[in-house]
Amino acid sequence: MKSPVPRFWQTVVVVLIVVGLMLLAVSGYLGPVLRAAQTPLVAAQRWISSRYLAIYELITSPTDMAALRQQNQDLQNQVSQLQTEVIELEQRLGEAQVLYALLDFAREQPQNTYVAAAVIGRDPNPFMRYIFIDRGSDSGVLAGMPVVTAQGLIGRVDAVTAQACRVALITDPATVINVTLQSLKADAQLVGSLTGELTLEMIPSDVNLQPGELVLTSGLGGDYPSDVLIGQVVSVRKLETDLFQTATVQSAVDFNNLQAVLVITNFRPVDIAPLIPED
Amino acid sequence: MPVLIGLGVIILFSLLQIGVISQLPLIQGRADLMLLILSAWALNERVEHAWEWTIIAGVLMSLISATPFFLPLFVYLVVTALARALRRRIWQTPLLMLLFIVLIGTLLQHGLSFVSLSIMGSRLPLQASLTMVTLPSLLLNLLLALPVYTMITDIAGWVYPAELDV
Repeated sequence: MKSPVPRFWQTVVVVLIVVGLMLLAVSGYLGPVLRAAQTPLVAAQRWISSRYLAIYELITSPTDMAALRQQNQDLQNQVSQLQTEVIELEQRLGEAQVLYALLDFAREQPQNTYVAAAVIGRDPNPFMRYIFIDRGSDSGVLAGMPVVTAQGLIGRVDAVTAQACRVALITDPATVINVTLQSLKADAQLVGSLTGELTLEMIPSDVNLQPGELVLTSGLGGDYPSDVLIGQVVSVRKLETDLFQTATVQSAVDFNNLQAVLVITNFRPVDIAPLIPED
Repeated sequence: MPVLIGLGVIILFSLLQIGVISQLPLIQGRADLMLLILSAWALNERVEHAWEWTIIAGVLMSLISATPFFLPLFVYLVVTALARALRRRIWQTPLLMLLFIVLIGTLLQHGLSFVSLSIMGSRLPLQASLTMVTLPSLLLNLLLALPVYTMITDIAGWVYPAELDV
């Protein structure tokens, strides 16, 4: 069927419409119309895009997850390894600090010669306070030698083998040490106990003993060298009717966590037993 | 051969005792691993060399410890004798027997230690010794008795394999 409008006029109308739309778009009058038309298109595009990405991730995720898991495992292993190294380094630092303290102490006491030793065990009998150290007669350690740390007196060597020895701590219930009170110049006896508490006994009642007084070995009896620090008086018990007063001593040494000690090897205990008259 | 194995086992556990167990006190009490091992060993029906193990352990611990008069050896001999005697009479409840022997052995060991150390000059108050040393040690020994029994049963099965009837 033939159109009643000639083809020329159809072309002219189309051109005029296109030109009119272009002029409207250039002049800005078409903006609201275009925005209204874009909104559903953009929403549709967003929906399609999100669905596409979801499908893409679904298809490609197994390989990514496996890679991530592997990477996570590697990182966890690395963290564990680093944590182990940190713990080892902290332990070495602790040991180094103990050894530096002992070295400083040895340098401050040039009159003595020392053998450093590590604590390797404790006596299995719970009534006794003895430790084992890894130096013996091969290192010049003999029975009766005093054992110290930078914080003070530990005890004395009780029994010796070639490679190790047993040390009786000053906290042992059988230990009795002759001591002197530093500023008061008074003698007393230090005894150990079952609980590890150190007690001063035989302090004359006329001595004005106060907490904070330093307790040193007196050297009497010949078992220990003189002027080795033991601890500090923390409390005093004094009764009017008693001939002697007693006091509790706090040692700076943590006897439960001993790691390294020094044996004073140039001290020989004096055996005064032959000088004691027999009954 | 069982005696040589016993020597190795006892040396290993004595190192464990002085290096680890003795460093883990409960109040002032400590477990006695050797007492537990010898009790469990002597109670086992297959074991034939209980006395040899006891003598090795007793002499070793007496030399290591500062406890006087070879007291550990004496206590371990008594414990083994008790275990062997009970094993022949009450053989169906070895675990209960083990707990009973551990109880008696711990009390005997601590009682004799208290007396001997007091004679040697240690100042040991009776009540404090009981509450701070003996009772915590007893608790530790009883707690460790079950795992030690299991381990010693395995060792006994390995040292004395069951005979097969052909």
